[in-house]
Amino acid sequence: MLEQLDQTYEEALAALEGLQDEESLLQWRTQYLGKKSPVMQAFSVLRDLSKEERPLVGQRANQVRQALETAMEERREAIKLQALENALQTEKLDVTLPGRPQAVGRLHPVTQTLRRIYRIFAEMGFQVYRSREVETDDYNFTFLNMPAHHPARDMWDTFYTSEEGIILRTHTSPGQIHAMREYHPEPIRVILPGMCFRYEQVTARSEMQFTQVEGLAVGKDITFGDLKGTLSDFARRLFRTEVRTRFRASHFPFTEPSAEMDVECFICSGEGCPVCKHTGWLEILGSGVVHPNVLRFGGYDPAEFTGFAFGMGPERITMLLHQIDDIRNFWRNDLRFLEQF
Amino acid sequence: MKVPLSWLNDYVDVKDLSIEELAHKLTLAGLEVEQIDFIGLPLPAGERHDFKLSGLAWDKETIVVGEILEVMPHPNADRLVLCRLNDGQQEHVVLTGAPNLFEFKGKGPLEPSLKSPYAKEGATIYDGHQEGFVLTTLKRTKIRGVESYSMICSEKELGISDEHEGIMFLPQDAPTGMPLADYMGDAVLDIAITPNIARNANIFGVARETAAIFKRPLRQPDYTFLAEGEAIDGQVKIEINNPEMNPRFVLGLIRNVEIKASPRWLQHRLKLIGQRPINNIVDVTNYVMFDIGQPLHAFDYDELVSRAGGNPPTIITRAAIPGEKLVTLDGEERRLEDFTTLVCDTAGSHSIAGIMGGLETEVTEKTTTVLLEGANWNYINIRKTLGYLRMHSEASYRFSRGVHPAMAERGVQRGLELMRQTSDGVVSQGLVDAYPLKAEEVVVEITPGDVRRWLGIQMSASEIAELLGRLEFECTVSQDTVQAKVPDHRMDIDSDPINGKADLMEEIARVYGYDNIPETRMTDVLPVQRNTPRLDFEETVRDLLSREGLQEIITYRLTSPDREARRLPPDVEPDSMPYVTVVNPIAVDRYVMRKSIMSSMLEVVESNAKNRERIALFEIGSVFLSSEDGALPDEQPRLGIVLTGPRQLPSWQGASEELYNFYDLKGVVHSMLEGLHIEDVSYETHQYPIFHPGKCAAVKIAGKRVGVIGELHPVVHSQYAFSPYPVLGAFFYLETLFEAAPARHEVRLVSSYPPVLEDIALVVDEHIPAGQVSSLIEQTGGKMLTEVRLFDVYRGEQLGKGKKSLAYSLTYQAEDRTLTDEDVARMRRKIVGRLEREVGAQLRDQ
Repeated sequence: MLEQLDQTYEEALAALEGLQDEESLLQWRTQYLGKKSPVMQAFSVLRDLSKEERPLVGQRANQVRQALETAMEERREAIKLQALENALQTEKLDVTLPGRPQAVGRLHPVTQTLRRIYRIFAEMGFQVYRSREVETDDYNFTFLNMPAHHPARDMWDTFYTSEEGIILRTHTSPGQIHAMREYHPEPIRVILPGMCFRYEQVTARSEMQFTQVEGLAVGKDITFGDLKGTLSDFARRLFRTEVRTRFRASHFPFTEPSAEMDVECFICSGEGCPVCKHTGWLEILGSGVVHPNVLRFGGYDPAEFTGFAFGMGPERITMLLHQIDDIRNFWRNDLRFLEQF
Repeated sequence: MKVPLSWLNDYVDVKDLSIEELAHKLTLAGLEVEQIDFIGLPLPAGERHDFKLSGLAWDKETIVVGEILEVMPHPNADRLVLCRLNDGQQEHVVLTGAPNLFEFKGKGPLEPSLKSPYAKEGATIYDGHQEGFVLTTLKRTKIRGVESYSMICSEKELGISDEHEGIMFLPQDAPTGMPLADYMGDAVLDIAITPNIARNANIFGVARETAAIFKRPLRQPDYTFLAEGEAIDGQVKIEINNPEMNPRFVLGLIRNVEIKASPRWLQHRLKLIGQRPINNIVDVTNYVMFDIGQPLHAFDYDELVSRAGGNPPTIITRAAIPGEKLVTLDGEERRLEDFTTLVCDTAGSHSIAGIMGGLETEVTEKTTTVLLEGANWNYINIRKTLGYLRMHSEASYRFSRGVHPAMAERGVQRGLELMRQTSDGVVSQGLVDAYPLKAEEVVVEITPGDVRRWLGIQMSASEIAELLGRLEFECTVSQDTVQAKVPDHRMDIDSDPINGKADLMEEIARVYGYDNIPETRMTDVLPVQRNTPRLDFEETVRDLLSREGLQEIITYRLTSPDREARRLPPDVEPDSMPYVTVVNPIAVDRYVMRKSIMSSMLEVVESNAKNRERIALFEIGSVFLSSEDGALPDEQPRLGIVLTGPRQLPSWQGASEELYNFYDLKGVVHSMLEGLHIEDVSYETHQYPIFHPGKCAAVKIAGKRVGVIGELHPVVHSQYAFSPYPVLGAFFYLETLFEAAPARHEVRLVSSYPPVLEDIALVVDEHIPAGQVSSLIEQTGGKMLTEVRLFDVYRGEQLGKGKKSLAYSLTYQAEDRTLTDEDVARMRRKIVGRLEREVGAQLRDQ
């Protein structure tokens, strides 16, 4: 009996060795641990055995059963591991297949550029001040030191409305007057973003509608040197810390002296390329010391206060940053263009 | 403004300056050099230049001054000649077809010889026979049996002008064999003149700036003239009727003039600046204008005398009578207004002052006596007239920006002397000078403190005086104050003491050099920082909507009523509120300010329909509603949203075919309002012309309408070239929305007691809106009902006709205890009881 059990044990272990799946494992179990298996049969014949034999056989049968059950569990674990191993080996994705496209919302490129400008100037204490798009001739010209028939009015081709003295603003400068009249005699640091209009043919280089950001600082101790410092800081923040700037004398009726700020071309690092038209410089903004008449119209005494103002085009900056050569893209709103920002 | 270096050098030494340095410094000082055309001088090396480059450098080895010794006939061709030419080293036989050599043909050795530019074999010049300027290199070849390897050049071949009629002649004293570039190489600077420096729209003006910037001596033009004729007194009179319009009028007289071509030097200079020489008299008037900035006009004196019936003429200037007509030089009849000044004589008007001369009194080939006018006109009248008549000329350009009256006399003086030199005429002694409105003399006081306050630089009074002196301000320094007298060629310095200081600051900064002013940071106090809730709100809306997958667009504010009418069904009349209308539109279909944001957005959907299936857009921008007469329009910010096409982007993993519908739009709006923490939102059935009458809702906050959402009316849909998908649209009154948005919102802490979830299905009549059922549940459930979510709407036969089942998932949770089954059952009974009473709802069997 004992030998038979040992023999069964050996045989069962050998049979277990080659099993590869759960099904054969169950079959094996029926065969070696089922009711009719020699081990279980051994229990049922115990009572027929002699007193001496009975505990020996019972003990051995228990040992064999436990050993087989343990072996079966081990085998089961091994099969699982093997299956996992196989799965890891065979389940291979083509990682080059495209991901599921997500519908992403974006801000218009001009909004994105405006936000960059807001952020940079906010750090220098300039707050956003907005004003209306349809303006009076006085706010757009007269209060900015351009009385009727002033030659400088030629610099702005203006859309006139059917109402006498009401025009589409040609720049956000009217906001300078609004801000000054609201805040005087407090010092001012504001930037004035918004939509402007010019009577101009729409071409790759000019638009009849465009956004502008102007800036204004008014105080008791503000100089042309401060203008240079502030605007160079802006350029360093917007482009890169090492960028060089230069200031060229220019003319705007509302500033005296006036200056254009160029930054070193960031495409060619000033070496000369088609983007900077081989000058090494890119025109970025116009600026100047606020004209005394503008301060007066704003409610400030020019004997006591000075200030500087500047203006730039977010579209132009966006165009330079991304080397876009046609300004019409901005209001055309072709999604294939907008989705690239 | 074109400025040849050779001409500039008359007044300031520039020949030793590098052209790049000159251009750079002029540009920084506000005289922007846009382009330099090189005429013989070597072009600067490198990729990078502050200006555009063009032109041709004349090679010193191969392009030289040649001496033509003899012109001989060509053995085989009548239209060609052979020239014996000395290039300074040896003699050559050069073949040419220049017609201006034919008169010398077969005359034997020429005495004196002729001087011309000579290009040797291998020289690079422009091809005279090709259209435009195309480079060519001279090679050895045979023409009609005669060997040719070099060329006597025309102006075009050298890039001086487009003249190719004959070869160019040089003055007799041109040194044979000298490299042409050394003899007459030049460069022409093209300078952009801003309105404030119109005084520099002449060579002398640029010279003055150059002298100031480079700290070099400035040579004044010579204003003396040799007058050997009888005195001008009594030969002509001037009568000025409106001194405000015509502050000064100066006349000079020159007799016995011979009208002929100008001398070579004068023609050459005019060609360099792009002017076509006409005759000596006209050329001198032009030359003086470009030289010193005063436009001149030449009359045929004898014609004026004959118009005056043989008497000494009187020149009369006066304002035009409104409606008065005049035929101008170009043959057009012009109707005039009273802002125009006329130049007349006793026989009537003949020209529009400062703008266009008269035909009858013009100088012709027969003229022998020239009356030369140098006048001064009020720039405002000139500007109004230019705007009215739309006529532009070099003279009116200058007059319209203001010329100082002192220049009138100088212009006539210089003109008379040049006419004398070029026409062999005799100048009458003296001038007739009517100067009824003297120019104001402006003196500005300025101190080192002013310079520090404006520019942030330290400068002593004497330094300021020296610097302004370079621009011809007469300065006197007493202690710490400079008295700067404005020179009599500029009108741009304000007499107001502070404005005048500002004007001088610009001059000081320019001459000192913008580059030399140090960059500083503001030391002034930081202004009070303010809250900007309106802007913050708008930016939040942008973030919320882009987060929901919508693309922001920005469209034109300008549109047309027709464009906007497309958004309405044809049977709907557009509202009668007038548009803000532009009277000078640039495009026929954009002449009013928009009243609708949806219209702009639908156009964008249309233009993208070909390229995109899924379109989800939003825009924030104003619409313009006109106010009463004379008042500024009401600018109302609007938010627009448009969705159309498949909800999801196509994917290889299987695309969802589901299209955006009303509830997608409502979902977007809901998320936005939730993101703004706006409460008490309701949606009510609404009628709005652009939307489907059954698929449109008003969005209300606390009962106030803030916007409208809906599916586009099918008829409107068909008016655009859309894809065949429903188009969903929404617009909001941004201002009202802003007012409804709380500045702060409460956050409820999450309860630590377990929630109880329960689903209930309610059968109601079809006409009961789901919104009503939901809000009844919410109201009745109270604080412990923390979430009500509709998860199914079912209609079926077993419910009966006209019934629907609304299935809700309810979440109950208390903040202070675990809810019992009893609690939940009680709340459910309450909810169901109320729904039964108020909307006749039945709990559906589970």
